[in-house]
Amino acid sequence: MSGTVKISVRDLNLYYGENHALKNINMDICEREITALIGPSGCGKSTFLKTLNRMNDLVENVRITGQICLDGQDIYDKKLDTTVLREKVGMVFQQPNPFPMSIYDNIAYGPRVHGIRDRRVLDGIVEESLKGAAIWDEVKDRLKTSALGLSGGQQQRICIARALAVKPSVLLMDEPTSALDPVSTSKIEDLMEELKKQYTIVIVTHNMQQALRVSDKTAFFLVGDMVEYADTKTLFSYPQDKRTESYITGRFG
Amino acid sequence: MILGKRKIKDLLAQILIYLCAAFSVAVLLLILCFVVKRGVKSVNWSFLTTVTSVRKQTVGIAGNILNTVLIILVSMLIATPIGVGAAIFLNEYAGKGKTVRIIEFTTEVLAGIPSIIFGLFGMLFFGETLGMGYTILTGSLTLSMMVLPLITRNTQEALKTVPDGYRSASIGLGAGKWYMIRTILIPSAMPGILTGVILSIGRIIGESAALLLTAGSAKHLPKTFLGIFDKIFQSGGTLTIQLYLSATSEGDFDTAFGIAVVLLIIVFLMNVLAKTLARKMSPTGKGR
Amino acid sequence: MNKLSEKLAHLLVGFFGCMAVISVAAITIYMLLKGVPALTKVGILDLLFSAEWKPTANPASFGILYMILSSVVGTAGAILLGVPVGLLTAVFLTDITNTGRVNRKLAKGLSAAVELLAAIPSVIYGLIGMMVLNPRMYALEKKIFTGSTTHQFTGGSNMLSAIIVLAIMILPTVINISVSSIKAVPDSMRNASLALGATKIQTIFKVVLPTASSGIMTGIVLGIGRALGEAMAINMVAGGAVNLPLPFCSVKFLTTLLVSEMAYSSGLHRQALFTVGLVLYLFIVAINLILTKMKKGGKQE
Repeated sequence: MSGTVKISVRDLNLYYGENHALKNINMDICEREITALIGPSGCGKSTFLKTLNRMNDLVENVRITGQICLDGQDIYDKKLDTTVLREKVGMVFQQPNPFPMSIYDNIAYGPRVHGIRDRRVLDGIVEESLKGAAIWDEVKDRLKTSALGLSGGQQQRICIARALAVKPSVLLMDEPTSALDPVSTSKIEDLMEELKKQYTIVIVTHNMQQALRVSDKTAFFLVGDMVEYADTKTLFSYPQDKRTESYITGRFG
Repeated sequence: MILGKRKIKDLLAQILIYLCAAFSVAVLLLILCFVVKRGVKSVNWSFLTTVTSVRKQTVGIAGNILNTVLIILVSMLIATPIGVGAAIFLNEYAGKGKTVRIIEFTTEVLAGIPSIIFGLFGMLFFGETLGMGYTILTGSLTLSMMVLPLITRNTQEALKTVPDGYRSASIGLGAGKWYMIRTILIPSAMPGILTGVILSIGRIIGESAALLLTAGSAKHLPKTFLGIFDKIFQSGGTLTIQLYLSATSEGDFDTAFGIAVVLLIIVFLMNVLAKTLARKMSPTGKGR
Repeated sequence: MNKLSEKLAHLLVGFFGCMAVISVAAITIYMLLKGVPALTKVGILDLLFSAEWKPTANPASFGILYMILSSVVGTAGAILLGVPVGLLTAVFLTDITNTGRVNRKLAKGLSAAVELLAAIPSVIYGLIGMMVLNPRMYALEKKIFTGSTTHQFTGGSNMLSAIIVLAIMILPTVINISVSSIKAVPDSMRNASLALGATKIQTIFKVVLPTASSGIMTGIVLGIGRALGEAMAINMVAGGAVNLPLPFCSVKFLTTLLVSEMAYSSGLHRQALFTVGLVLYLFIVAINLILTKMKKGGKQE
């Protein structure tokens, strides 16, 4: 494996009450790469993604053992403030979920909650983030209009811009295109290519072609196990595990 | 720095939220404790079964209890069929046109009219125009208008939960619509109708402003059993009215608090009853 | 025979269905019919905008300005006091106690308390106000106005007492409507905010409440309607003198004017009271129109 390690996961186990949802996951996620998580639904890939910014903390009866380090720092350290972690690790959800406010206020929301009040600074961040999410040209003339008036694909890019605005170093994407049409999907895939230069991206996808198109590395999950983790091309061309092989061929065949 | 400021703000907001939540409970406890403490000594068998009389040296609210019961009975006898009928009309006959919208809108308006306005109207229309005067009947007619929306709405909710299959199955067997409504819909909607009735009774028990202007304040008991029926055409103050008069013009706070204890107990029981029924009605309930 | 009963049933429920319309129409017509004569006899301006209410003096004067002002101020005060408390209670019931068994029990207990609060008869609120609130107001009044030569002492029966009683009485309405509109805010909004590093409290105040605002507004308007229409409880605690609506003044509201004077009024005095009823009714109709408009607006969003 190449590249600097951004996130390292060691012996991660997660339980929903009695249910052992993630079993002994070990994984190194590299900086400025796109890592795809694939597998059938209910395999734990989304659950795993949410352990990386501790969104699982919100779910009841969750117990987590093992260690996840971001830049060498344990993110499950009791002293660590989850709001600081989530500033560093942004997230984009499956359904576009802009707030019912103006486009500007959506993007400025993150910086504002982290204490930035200066109008000029905010203006700069908003423009930069919208440009970063490749939607500036489409919305620059109507920043004060409601974000809910945009199309689904535009809304999702607003959500990406919103995540970028707090200047994270990692971006988690939970099936970001599953609710979108093909044109919007390819726009977002192009965007990911671009974002990769600056951000470490982890994406959950149910679409194997997408993993193949955009990711550098792919991890295959099955009922809570990480079965296989390798360079995307290697994993799809020469799967080491029978289960991986039957999953990818089953889908393609 | 920013983090510290944010933490302090969060903590303050959290404390405020907890204080506000505690406030409602505190108010309730204060009312319950105060009423019980002041009123419980007034409540005994003779308080409940006699009428206040200087000659007999008794203090009692039996007359007011009878008046309250009469007003509840007469109001519900009028309001229940009308409310249920209106709900059936809205759900089963009227379709989705303008009529429904107008009826639903006016039902909502009716629910928002303050009781003092009902009282004023009842006094003018039933009391004066129709010449009924200050009587239990005037009060009951007025209150039946007031509780009509409660019954209509609750029945409507219940009717909406009756699966369409029941309707078509019955009609398919050749039964007429009204027959189907009588035998299938009304029994299925019974818990909803009862909830509406109980909520209405609760409102009537608590009502005072509308009754003050319509039903008067007499507190004596009829002399004979049959006199109960005559009572309907006479003036009669309910428990709340007597509480009001005791606390204000009569300055008899022992009686006022005694009535308050009785009212709170009734209100509490009605609440439990309504809840039990609501549980039976909900799809997750184990009652049905 | 069968057909006939079917037809009769249809007619009957149709008639029952119209009862609500008939009732509202009848009330409106009666309010206008009985309320207008005094308006013309006294004169609209003299009645609505004069502060002098001396119905039994000679010559009598029938100005209800102070009553209107008192009703408006009392309602506004109750909203100012009751809405924040109710809103934060709703937040507690939805977003603070949404996880954990103990929390859920707390929420259940609090909901039951709110339900009971809604069911308590208004005369009991008035009674408690008289016995608990008024003496404390009197103590406060004595402290504030010692040595004042102009202040008319009220024994604690004043505007402030009425506002507090009204605020408590509208709490259940505000809480219930706020709870249902806060619950309607999708969790995806909360998650988006939390994932940006906002705290739970920030999420509540910056995303959840703004998103629920139209529903919360409905609750506030309903609260206004309740406060404006309440009569008995505040009649027992507000003193009942016709005064400017100042916090420590004994005051009379539109509703309490009706309750306290209807029984002994006659002639023009009585007609003027009907006009007071009409004014109150028009306030309520206006509130209902606002509500309908808001609900329509909410649906378009």
